[in-house]
Order: sequence, then structure tokens, then C-alpha cells
Amino acid sequence: MSAATGGQTIGPFWHLIEHPDWADLTRFGPDGERITLAGSKIDGDGDPVTDAAVELWQADPPADERFPGFGRCRTDERGAFRFTTLKPGPVPGRGNAAQAPHFAISIHARGLLKGLVTRAYFADDPHNETDPLLSSIDDPKRRGTLIALPDGSDRWRIDIRLQRGPEDETETVFLDV
Amino acid sequence: MNSARDPVPFRPYVPGTQPPYDAPAYGSTHKRHPVEDLVLLPHTVTETAGPSFSPAHFLPISDLSVVDGKSALGERIIVHGRITDEDGRPVPNTIVEIWQANASGRYRHPADQHDAPLDPNFRGEGRVFTDGDGWYRFTSIKPGAYPWRNHDNAWRPNHIHFSFFGAGFAQRLITQMYFPGDPLFEFDPIFLSIPEEAARNRLICELDMSVTEPEWALGYRFDVVLRGRGATPMEG
Repeated sequence: MSAATGGQTIGPFWHLIEHPDWADLTRFGPDGERITLAGSKIDGDGDPVTDAAVELWQADPPADERFPGFGRCRTDERGAFRFTTLKPGPVPGRGNAAQAPHFAISIHARGLLKGLVTRAYFADDPHNETDPLLSSIDDPKRRGTLIALPDGSDRWRIDIRLQRGPEDETETVFLDV
Repeated sequence: MNSARDPVPFRPYVPGTQPPYDAPAYGSTHKRHPVEDLVLLPHTVTETAGPSFSPAHFLPISDLSVVDGKSALGERIIVHGRITDEDGRPVPNTIVEIWQANASGRYRHPADQHDAPLDPNFRGEGRVFTDGDGWYRFTSIKPGAYPWRNHDNAWRPNHIHFSFFGAGFAQRLITQMYFPGDPLFEFDPIFLSIPEEAARNRLICELDMSVTEPEWALGYRFDVVLRGRGATPMEG
């Protein structure tokens, strides 16, 4: 048995493997309800993170030839990113729990020696009340960092803060997976 | 509360084998590392399932050393290796992304302002898939060392960036491969960020004469281990 290989930062030049169309998970023509998920990323000083790779993964709908289930988007000079994808439904949790619809999001960037993982749920989804992860986070401000807000029809928005700010601005919940 | 229908989780990382988020010697971590505790998430289908990368949609680029039939400058190399999990099982048909600086230590990237020449015949992007037994292989040129502004007179050792997906979201790995005997290792806070020396040294490829092609290119081998599934033996 050999332990897993160590991680290293993606660095500032990862855009050599960037293909902007990867931010559209619907580009191969799957059936389903199309939505966008947009947001921005800031650091501990509140400054935009302008060189990150944001990766989105969803277990529902299941990945296949027409739907990779995975997308990648750069953050731009304002720290902004935007994905087009299919709206996920609930998926099973551990035990007999159901998980509310969500995306897994990972963040890779210069200054992150390994990726950060978080999630985006949908505000007002009735399944959120019983979602095991959301229910486990007592602080409503912290729990709120995992919830995307509607921004017009079919558009959702979530902002990510990598580090708590000097005025105690709330840091996004990151997950130990 | 667990049930027999739960997906088999990936094992926790072995302590000392992964870098921290907060690494004081690497300046860019200072304002980007979380200060709150991470929230432990027992694996569900979100963490154990993974993307679909159909080779029909994601075309391989297995020779980085040539652009439009013209050869890049530098020392031509062949890099190959096997991707397995922690139990030695091969990871078949998985995508491997590669990117790197050219032989002069310059990336074809607008943010790279190092005063070293670009090479019109080198782009620095590759993408290959492992075969049914976990093997991958590509051709490139040996990347040069380059300066960065982390500290006074800071230089990165020669390295190639790699991105691996494996079979599940929680197996995702982004890392860098280094070359044997590089005198810059002891000064590089990124390489040194992995606590255990043995784990660091596994990021260094080995010269491999079995794939070195006479009169053509040196061969190197870089094996990669992704997380295994199930409880660790220690957890019984």
C-alpha cells in the first residue's frame, strides 16, 4: 500500500489548459432545465481573486456522453465566474437521508497548495431544511455561505470568501472531503 | 446514521503527505487560506461519483514538442507512468491534463513577464488518457527553471504541472512533477510544503532508460497514487 501522491498548487499559469467552453456544461446538448450559476471570489482583504480556477461538479443529472457533469471557469479581473448547467435534483445522502439539490465547487489558485471544496445549494428549496450538511452548521451566517440566491429567472448567484475578513466578515464554509 | 446502500467512501489522506493551506514561506497563501475549521463531510454520491470525459469530446494532445510539424527548442523528453489507487489498483481511462513552461522557463501566458524567450513551436498544453491498465504517456521538452517573486532571488525548480481526476470527485489531484537532482529543491517553499520528505520525493520522476529512445529523447517515469476506497487497515 502506498499513500496518495501529494498535491501542489495549480499556480498562476493554469490557463494554458483553459477552454472557456468548459464553463457551459450544456454544450453537448443534454435535455433538462438550464440555469446559470455566477458569483465572485474574494480573499481575506476583500480583494478579488483574479487568477483562480473554479470547478463545478454535480452528481445529478448523472454524467453521460451529452452531459459531463463537470465544468471549469476562470475568475476574471473582478473575481467573477459564471457557469451554465442543468439544474440538479435531490440525491441520496448517507443512511436514509436525502440531500437537497446542490453543486460541489472546488477552487484551485495560486496560493492554494491544494484545492478548497465547498457546495452551492438553492435558496428556498424545501429539501434544505433536512439536508444533513446544512443542518450540521449552526451559525446561520456560515450556513448562508453555502446557499445560492436567485438573480432573476434561471439565474443563481453565490459569492465565495476564501478567508474571514478583519471586521469578522464571514468566511465561506469549506469542506474536509 | 449509515446504511448498507451508502457509497464506499475514499479514505482520509495519510498525515504528512499533503501540503497545508497556511504555508507562511509561500506568500500567496497568506490572504487565501481559510482560518475557520473545515467542516468534515462524510462521502456521499457527490464525492464518490465523478465526471464523464468522453475522448470524442476531449481530444488527446499527446505530443507537446511539436506545433504544426515544427519542433520546439529544448531537450525532448518522454514522460510516462502508471496511475493506481492506494491499494495498487490501476485507474483506467482517466483524463490527465498537463501544462508547463518552455525550455527557457517561460509560459505562453500573458501573466508571465519573465524576460526569457517564447517559443513559437511550444504551447505547453497536453491532455492524455490512461489505458485500461492505468498507464499514460506523452512527449514534451524539459521545462526550464524560472524566477518568481515570492522572496529575494526566488527560482522554481524545473517542473511539469499535472491534473488528475480519477473515478470520483474526492480523488481529484493537482500536483507538480519535478526532475531528479534539482539543486533548487531546498529553496522552494512549494516543493517543501509537503511535510514528509518521503512524500515530497515521490513528486520527483525517475530517469527511465526503458522508454528512452536512442537518438531521440530521454524517458522519465512518474507514477501517481490516488486515494483508495474504504476504511484504512488501522481503522479496522
